[in-house]
Amino acid sequence: MNTAVAKSSPSAPQAQGPWAEAARMFARNPSAIVGSVLLLIVILVSVVGPWVHPVDPFEIVAAPMTPPFTEAEVWLGTDYLGRDVLITMIYGGRATLLVGAVAALLSVTIGITLGATAGFYGGRIDNLLMRITEFFQVLPALLFAMVVVTLFGPTIVTVTLAIGVVSWTGTARLTRAEFMKVRGMEYVRAERAIGARNARLIWKVILPNALPPLIVSATLAVGAAILFEAGLSFLGLGDPNLMSWGLMIGSSRQYLLSSWWAVTFPGAAIFVTVLAVSLIGDGLNDALNPKLRER
Amino acid sequence: MARESKQPLLTVQDLRVEFRTRRGAAMVLNGVDFQLRGGETLCVVGESGCGKSMTALALLRLIPSPPGRIVGGRVDFQGEDLVRASEARMREVRGDRISMIFQEPMTSLNPVFTVGDQIGETLRLHAKLDARAARERSIEMLRSVGIPAPERRVDEYPHQLSGGMRQRVMIAMALACRPDVLIADEPTTALDVTVQAQIFDLLRALQAERGTAILLITHDMGAVAEMADRVMVMYAGRVIEQGSVEQVLRAPSHPYTQGLIECLPELGSSQIDEAAELAEISGVVPSLWELGQGCAFRERCPYAMPRCASEVPPMFDVGHGHGAACWLRVDTQVSAT
Repeated sequence: MNTAVAKSSPSAPQAQGPWAEAARMFARNPSAIVGSVLLLIVILVSVVGPWVHPVDPFEIVAAPMTPPFTEAEVWLGTDYLGRDVLITMIYGGRATLLVGAVAALLSVTIGITLGATAGFYGGRIDNLLMRITEFFQVLPALLFAMVVVTLFGPTIVTVTLAIGVVSWTGTARLTRAEFMKVRGMEYVRAERAIGARNARLIWKVILPNALPPLIVSATLAVGAAILFEAGLSFLGLGDPNLMSWGLMIGSSRQYLLSSWWAVTFPGAAIFVTVLAVSLIGDGLNDALNPKLRER
Repeated sequence: MARESKQPLLTVQDLRVEFRTRRGAAMVLNGVDFQLRGGETLCVVGESGCGKSMTALALLRLIPSPPGRIVGGRVDFQGEDLVRASEARMREVRGDRISMIFQEPMTSLNPVFTVGDQIGETLRLHAKLDARAARERSIEMLRSVGIPAPERRVDEYPHQLSGGMRQRVMIAMALACRPDVLIADEPTTALDVTVQAQIFDLLRALQAERGTAILLITHDMGAVAEMADRVMVMYAGRVIEQGSVEQVLRAPSHPYTQGLIECLPELGSSQIDEAAELAEISGVVPSLWELGQGCAFRERCPYAMPRCASEVPPMFDVGHGHGAACWLRVDTQVSAT
């Protein structure tokens, strides 16, 4: 009997669950660590920055188009109106991360709920929900989001809702597929045989077993939502009263040749953030996929 | 069995299950009748696809639906017809009064929860125990199914246990609420022979201690001889012979049962004849879409007669509660049941 323990977990003497095992794998993955550190820095700067240095990011502080690294007060230069690029970036990060996280959360919630219902019940319910999903899939996402934002006004709430509503389809299909796979497992039948109700089977039995790919997809959804928000802001459909990286790029794009820094730095910030999120997603994928674990 | 009572605990009458498929409706269970008495072990035997597992799933109303459906019959259990009971009532019965263990111990446990969580869950659902009490009871149950160091094992995950241990955990889960009936669907098929014997010993010991009636589904005649008080033989969705284990194994009265028993290699016999070939029943089980009228076994039966093609034989009593559904027994019957 002791051999069974020895065989399954040679390095860990005590009982270790699949989640603890995955956490260990994640902590050992170099790209996951780099991603986590980068994201942590971005979050820290955006959250703590405005606190330490409470100013209005829209305020004009120096001569317009001051190049970066020339003046100590405006270290990253100023844009075409004379606004501090560093300050606007710090404030912009808050909005960008907030919209990205909330929109991704919204999209994952819709996706998992619909996908789980469709995958668990199957049959007619599945058919109906999948047709709805297809409807949202064939809509051009950007166009639809633009229509929503123009109709209801460009506030942070409508922008977040618009992004969430157009981006849940992938998660829904993934969840459905995972549920259909896990639903047929013997332990689900065994659980039914001890008298579990459907809600319990969906949330407590099938979902935990279907979770690994969903976590990865949720992480990647954050990156996608950030890019989407940047795209909308660039097109002038973001919240004009809320500084975000996309808005910075959008408003300074005409001056790209004369003041490249006003576009490049927020662009780099978006790049780094999305890269960090993707690295984390990749690391989670490796940690949660038992087939990749062996290597 | 000393505790065995004459009172039937579970009475199944004319149970019919239909599967709707693209090829049409297949009658998977075609009028199954049997009784399970308190404290006894009833073995269900038959080859793959004869409806053994479907019978078990139908008792708990766990038939995959769609495509399956119970289209008729009754399952009387403690004064209640389970076929007509509400889904909420069935959830109360499952795991509490009637529980089930499955064939594959490797996949029957949820990989993301500890065994303690899973045993405890049954108790929390039915006995309404809190987390602490459920844990205590789980450790107790693990000890009673013979798992060493249960205080440690209770926090382990299924992948840390061997197949035999997992089946013990399944048994612990199934018996946690002291059910009246335990349905065991080929509980040892996936296990080593030595572990098989241990599991059977365990089931017998727990039955003697708790008086649980066991419905044991198997295709292993050795298991039948070892475990059963009574046996029922199924063929193509019907019970074709039933009786005590001595009656059915010593004096099989249906040609199919006779064939099944002839198929067994005799390990213990002293004169092992090298040339002797293992007997087999020629032909295959008829497709469930092509049953038509008459006895389903007639195509493979060495004694088939014209009557077999036109009329389904009812169960004839061939003496002392031993029944066989075969026209050969129409003359020997004592009284029709």
